[in-house]
Amino acid sequence: MIIDVNVNLSRWPFRRLTGDEPAALVTKLRKMNVRQAWAGTFDGVFHKDVASANARLADDCRSYGQGILTPLGSVNPKLPNWQEDLRRCHEEHKMPGVRLHPNYHGYKLDDPTFRELVKLSAARKLIVQISLCMEDERTQHPLMRVGPVDCSPLAETLAAEPSLRVVILNAYPSLQIEKLGPLSSAGQVYFDFAMVERAGSVARLAEQVSFPRVLFGSNYPLFYFESSLLKVEESGLTDAQTKAVFEENAQRLLAR
Amino acid sequence: MTYLIRFMDRMKIERVMLSLGHTLVENPSTQQLREQNDQVIRAIQRWPDRALGFAYLNPNHLAFSLQEFDRCVRDGPMVAVKLWVAKRCSAPELDAIVERAEAMKAVILQHCWFKVNGNLPGESTSLDLVKLALRHPKAMFIDAHTGGDWELGIRAIQPVRNIATCVAGFDPTSGVVEMAVRELGASRVIFGSDGAGRSFASQLAKVIGAEIPDSARNMIFGENLRQMLMPILRAKGRQA
Repeated sequence: MIIDVNVNLSRWPFRRLTGDEPAALVTKLRKMNVRQAWAGTFDGVFHKDVASANARLADDCRSYGQGILTPLGSVNPKLPNWQEDLRRCHEEHKMPGVRLHPNYHGYKLDDPTFRELVKLSAARKLIVQISLCMEDERTQHPLMRVGPVDCSPLAETLAAEPSLRVVILNAYPSLQIEKLGPLSSAGQVYFDFAMVERAGSVARLAEQVSFPRVLFGSNYPLFYFESSLLKVEESGLTDAQTKAVFEENAQRLLAR
Repeated sequence: MTYLIRFMDRMKIERVMLSLGHTLVENPSTQQLREQNDQVIRAIQRWPDRALGFAYLNPNHLAFSLQEFDRCVRDGPMVAVKLWVAKRCSAPELDAIVERAEAMKAVILQHCWFKVNGNLPGESTSLDLVKLALRHPKAMFIDAHTGGDWELGIRAIQPVRNIATCVAGFDPTSGVVEMAVRELGASRVIFGSDGAGRSFASQLAKVIGAEIPDSARNMIFGENLRQMLMPILRAKGRQA
């Protein structure tokens, strides 16, 4: 069984995707042996009314999720009254965490508002997922060009919030994974491998950040789900490592 | 190659087509071309059942490239041509290379990308390949990365029947193979990995995860390329 920490509901603005209807998404995930999927929403990347995007996300997870969809709402700290979005994610929607898109929302990881957001999230014991990018910068729509997030300032923030739990999503292929090792040492930081490339990518990532910090993430439905699944096979992991990556590491993170 | 074979075995990849050498050289000198091709020749000679070779040529050194084609393909073990980013492939210098390849029925694999943040000076788009292919309607071409920005790449080559697309070397974005099969037909879609720079897994997933008939999947995974290589392999007395 698999816990997938990186799926999205709703519509990608530039292309219709197989799986962008919640019922179809859940059918696919169940077919792939996913027992729990941490679901964000594409609307949270692009919409200014994040509150309604998060409410729809929570509602869709309840209505279509068949018990496997766990919503993680979006918070954009550059919007007025973003603190209320964080409160609703936690108190009203009972979400275990939030998903951030700093590049699409226009801030860097040394921005004071980001630090305030993670401080409040840590106080609420919310997991913070940071998506470093959504797609290859070279193939973006010409009117919507967004560079990836530079995660190097994150270590300093983590030092100030030792109880914070962070998941880095979509560490893009041109990011040298050797740079992720120091980040994993700086705090409770976990990594998915939806965008990590080169042969044996899961094992290579684990060499840098240690196996307990590696989580299964697919970036489905923007990516073919099978990509992350086959990366595990390609990496030649032991049964124990596979189980940890598929399920146990995320389960442990969620239980903390 | 030993490193690649380990992952090929895990992912049940029977055979690869190799090109370029141990290091990536964008505009290789004549000496570098020879060294790079020698590296590939050594690999395919050591692993004849697991690898075939592309001869890496550089149109900026046209006379030498033609000699290198003869050395590696006509008189050597290689079966196809690889062109990368030294010169845009719509340039007239490419014609002599294509004529030489066509005479041997050797397919030409051309790197093509549409980069919204700008191509390298010598980097082709699929539209450059279209211009070249229209000048040589009997030659066989493969667009190496479906144009990178695949919705553009597939549209660009759609009307030009002597270009196939290779879905290698870009993110496993949902829908690419479905669109390629829909617009080009399964017979013009070829699997490639861009390994080991890319994961075999992420590239296999494009075909395995695509909502296409199994018959199309089989064509993409091997039959199409086998058909393209059959004439030159037969001429060399080898099995496809």
